[in-house]
Amino acid sequence: MKRAMGIILTGGKNNRLKELSSERSIAAVPFGGKYRAIDFTLSNMVNSGIVNVGVMTQYSIRSLIDHLGSGKEWDLDRKTDGLRIFPPYLSETGTGWYKGSADALYNNLTFLERSDEEFVVIANGYSIYNMDYGPMLEQHVDKDADITIACRALDDLTENDRKTLGIVEIDQDSRIVDFKEKPLNPTGNLGSMGVYIMKRKFLIELLEDSAAKGYTDLVMDIIIRSLDSMRIYAYIFTGYWRPLNSIQLYYRANMDLLDPRIRRELLMDRRKIYTKVKDEAPAKYNEEACVKNSIVADGCIIEGTVENSILLRGVRVMKGVHISNSILMQGSTVQEDAQLNYCILDKGVVITSGKTLNGDQEWPLIVGKNIIV
Amino acid sequence: MARKEIIALLLAGGQGSRLGVLTKNIAKPAVLFGGKYRIIDFTLSNCINSNIDTVGVLTQYQPLKLHSHIGIGKPWDLDRRNGGVTILTPYQRQEKGEWYSGTADAVLQNISYVEELSPKYVIILSGDHIYKMNYSEMLEFHKKKNADATISVIDVPWEEASRYGIMSVTENSKIYEFEEKPGNPKSTLASMGIYIFNWEILKDYLQKDHDNPNSEHDFGKNIIPGMLKDGRKLYAYKFVGYWRDVGTIQAYWESNMNLTERIPEFNLFDPYWRIYTPNPVYPAHFIGETGKVMKSIVAEGCIIHGTVINSVIFPGVTVQEGTVIQDSIIMSDAFIGANTEINCCIIGEGSVVGNSVRIGVGEFAENRYNPKVYNTNITVVGYNTVIPNGTILGRNVVIDNHIIPQDFTSSVIPSGGYLIKGGDEQ
Repeated sequence: MKRAMGIILTGGKNNRLKELSSERSIAAVPFGGKYRAIDFTLSNMVNSGIVNVGVMTQYSIRSLIDHLGSGKEWDLDRKTDGLRIFPPYLSETGTGWYKGSADALYNNLTFLERSDEEFVVIANGYSIYNMDYGPMLEQHVDKDADITIACRALDDLTENDRKTLGIVEIDQDSRIVDFKEKPLNPTGNLGSMGVYIMKRKFLIELLEDSAAKGYTDLVMDIIIRSLDSMRIYAYIFTGYWRPLNSIQLYYRANMDLLDPRIRRELLMDRRKIYTKVKDEAPAKYNEEACVKNSIVADGCIIEGTVENSILLRGVRVMKGVHISNSILMQGSTVQEDAQLNYCILDKGVVITSGKTLNGDQEWPLIVGKNIIV
Repeated sequence: MARKEIIALLLAGGQGSRLGVLTKNIAKPAVLFGGKYRIIDFTLSNCINSNIDTVGVLTQYQPLKLHSHIGIGKPWDLDRRNGGVTILTPYQRQEKGEWYSGTADAVLQNISYVEELSPKYVIILSGDHIYKMNYSEMLEFHKKKNADATISVIDVPWEEASRYGIMSVTENSKIYEFEEKPGNPKSTLASMGIYIFNWEILKDYLQKDHDNPNSEHDFGKNIIPGMLKDGRKLYAYKFVGYWRDVGTIQAYWESNMNLTERIPEFNLFDPYWRIYTPNPVYPAHFIGETGKVMKSIVAEGCIIHGTVINSVIFPGVTVQEGTVIQDSIIMSDAFIGANTEINCCIIGEGSVVGNSVRIGVGEFAENRYNPKVYNTNITVVGYNTVIPNGTILGRNVVIDNHIIPQDFTSSVIPSGGYLIKGGDEQ
């Protein structure tokens, strides 16, 4: 798919993931044992043959930039093309702080102009899915669409989840006839995945035009206003997909990995998910370890009981500990006899001996980065 | 190019024939170790952790795996514009081509590599050992003593001393006698095969050694004794810590098993001395509802539905339900079927063990294929081999690489038996 370039939007400031996203962009949130959210979209692009990728970043970008580095983990450290990161900047013509997705793109128009791919794939960097954008591009060309938006049936998402999405309605030909962004009372059953394909030149014109009109948001200002005047089509994706739009979605998407079918589709596919690797030793289990139905990353040392949980890199679980239904991010330590149920521990958290923390399935208890409980 | 004070020459050409089928198709330094590493990773990581950023790796025996593993040296941060890792294989010259006929000859044949870098010191290493050592401290020692050569030594038990090159040293650590594998050892300071030389002096001795038709062209047997005879200043640098030659099946197995101890003597978790290796692209491992893992290390990409006790499991291994693995080493991407029992066994990379297989059954018996190599309770299954459903293997059995189910003429191979391609069975 040399025909397309890729742009990843990492989202504006929000506290959708509460403490987890207070100091980092949602795209940089650790996920699923060893990944960061953005790994999925970035790997999807690479696996679809896209080698010219720009990442638009704004809030709390340090961890994201640290994670992406030169892009070598995704084979994107290239002489020509490769990975580029675009934080906001000040200049005579630029508008500084990005005011929205369209504004972010407009500020980096040069990147679009200097690229020579015919199409551009724009996708958010905080959704968990394993998708080949190739067939979507094919459909885009077949339908002679102006814009194609990847959409997915929402049967397996809750009412609250739907309120965080763009809900679309399509006609028999898959043309989008209605689009409601984050509706209070979602009615339809088809959601936008935040993945768009259009011609690069078309996007440039669109951005210049909307900048002139003072528009800043791709969805609210451009797509929703243009449903009649442009040919905007839906491409229906049927695989697993979860946007990390809320703590509940984040928690469930992590736990979904314990389901072998979902794990296989997302992580064991021939389209691999790449991530920055740390040189950790393999996980070590001591005599007292009892681990069931859990994912354990390298560098963990386990001497306690763990069930239905996800342990990221370098977690220490000491003797007498009982952890269930929880997510423990890298470098967190649970000391002797502590108990955790429905908890999310951010990086470097220490739970001291004998403490008991109980969250709820719907509202897991979050312990922020480096906190000692 | 900035001149380097010290460069490393890593001798990785040895076969390691006492590892049997494990080194039939790959060189010993490329054998997997410790749940995700290859043996050479420890020495390469020591280099970069000791601030040595120029390493020539001398290969000869079955180098394919080793070459692809090292690549351009990226995992060790040895992909450098100035220095970095260079693979040095034997090559053809105008008159004739020559294999490396000994450790000293291997270095001699690569004099031009060293000359171009013109370092002051050269450290000679081998890719056969498991240890963590700061070579820069040894270099400091070498400089402080104003030595011509420094040999790293380790204290070994008296009863083992006759297996090593043994140094006799003065109080000041100066070496006055060196004996290779002595019948009656005079000391317990064994050479670790790690030498620092002043390059100009070493070059001289390499040339002299080359011209000597009676020489075996070996550092331990020829170069060091030669320097001693000439009254050169040779010093012994005493190393204290974990150091293992994993050159036999028993030693290899034990050293892996050491890692499963509660507090292993050799710590892979040291954040200040990381061991680097190319990381495979795998998700974190998964322990299923029926899985049980105790006193073991498990790498990424594994899927464990069975029981694993006191074992080392490399990346990408699947263990099915009802299976019990004990005291074993399962290498990368092996697949272990259901209701199988594996005891005291090494399973090679990419091998498949069927359902209801039993390995390590019965009592020890002398191996009928090669009792010099296979002389323990450990059964060894080679690489990319398939053990069919229902097979029973005894102890001290060896199964070759690339065996397919059709190669088995019986579903039982008793202790001491073997299945080697091109050899007759049992």
